[in-house]
Amino acid sequence: MGLDLSFFTWDLARNFLIGGLIFSVVLTLVAMTGGIFFGTLLALARLSDRPWLAFPAAGYVNAMRSVPLVMVILWFFLLIPFLIGRPIGAEWSAVITFTAFESAYYSEIMRAGVQSVARGQAAAGFALGLTYAQSMRLVVLPQAFRNMLPVLLTQTIILFQDTSLVYAIGAYDLLKGFETAGKNFNRPVEAYTLAAVVYFVICYSLSGSVRRLQRRMAVVR
Amino acid sequence: MIEIRNVSKWFGAFQVLKDCSARVDKGEVVVVCGPSGSGKSTLIKCVNALEPIQEGEITVAGIPVTDPKTDLPKLRAKVGMVFQHFELFPHLSIMQNLTLAQVRVLRRTREEANEKALKLLDRVGLRDQAQKFPGQLSGGQQQRVAIARALAMDPLAMLFDEPTSALDPEMINEVLDVMVELAHEGMTMMCVTHEMGFARKVAHRVVFMDGGEIVEDASKEDFFGKPRSERAQLFLSKILQH
Repeated sequence: MGLDLSFFTWDLARNFLIGGLIFSVVLTLVAMTGGIFFGTLLALARLSDRPWLAFPAAGYVNAMRSVPLVMVILWFFLLIPFLIGRPIGAEWSAVITFTAFESAYYSEIMRAGVQSVARGQAAAGFALGLTYAQSMRLVVLPQAFRNMLPVLLTQTIILFQDTSLVYAIGAYDLLKGFETAGKNFNRPVEAYTLAAVVYFVICYSLSGSVRRLQRRMAVVR
Repeated sequence: MIEIRNVSKWFGAFQVLKDCSARVDKGEVVVVCGPSGSGKSTLIKCVNALEPIQEGEITVAGIPVTDPKTDLPKLRAKVGMVFQHFELFPHLSIMQNLTLAQVRVLRRTREEANEKALKLLDRVGLRDQAQKFPGQLSGGQQQRVAIARALAMDPLAMLFDEPTSALDPEMINEVLDVMVELAHEGMTMMCVTHEMGFARKVAHRVVFMDGGEIVEDASKEDFFGKPRSERAQLFLSKILQH
């Protein structure tokens, strides 16, 4: 019995896959943006010498990094209606969960990034009269972000792969699209094979661009 | 202009500054010297509160640096500081390095800031490097840019923390020349440096530190002529041998 890919047509892609792909990409982009934003705040809190900032931030990051993502996805999905009194749907739940979860990972990357910038840089900012916030925003974080760009992008590729875990709460993502198509045409093996190829092509070409970026930055610096 | 009164500072259990008192009057150039580890860099960093102190008081232009109510960014904007390792911002062009704080802190317009920056770059002989990035300049050039960056804030006083000790020997003079010129113009300066030639040329007073203490605070003539303390004599004999 060979693989029969004849069922795979543009119509099928339009009906089953595009919507899922868009959701996966949007989820990735939103969780990346929110994750880097909140992750940076967490990193700064963690590096602060005020214990009331550093301790909760460290606790949050360590907690999130110590539990499986699927569990958090399911847990938030059930927890949020419990907290706000009404369900918000699998898609919104996924967006919130991924942002909260990825913040912890991005935070560790940004923390390393801030530490990679010489301490004297912040001091030079202060000496010129910049406030702490200005020193960070204008002097330290741009350098930290640049130093960590390849690692941030690599984390984003992992994030894109992890978006497939929303199957746990029934959100319609790219993988779900393939699964549904496979069921409809009774070709599950072919559908999953194609799904693997698509994920591979997307992620491999993204990591290729990370490698190119790293080479270019090595020349500039 | 700068008053340091009975300042003590500890790093953990280790006392780096022991009851230090010194002053720099308006228009005065004071050189702080001493063996490495004597606390002179720490002391100068305390003047604009880059390092906290545990005891004593420091005032700059009458404003208490150590008072928690003091608006530190505002105070620091009036005190220029030049670091041993330049600390130019590597992700910004030379021009942006000189205009960043002018625009963000002093709220100057971009045109005003640019004009000021070009004038100062001219003065340190680096106008043609304005569009380059710090990494493309030599150490001596970077330090001259760093001085220009501090001057762009129209500071009341300038602090120099070993400005030439990270430089290759052939670049030291181009930086010292700029500093000498500043001194001749009447800038109030506190300089941590080992450059005794510079001290002889422009210093009014020399403060000698050892082991976290101010051992000697003397006029230049007295310090080089007849240092009173044995430790200062020993230091000078070592440093002036060649």
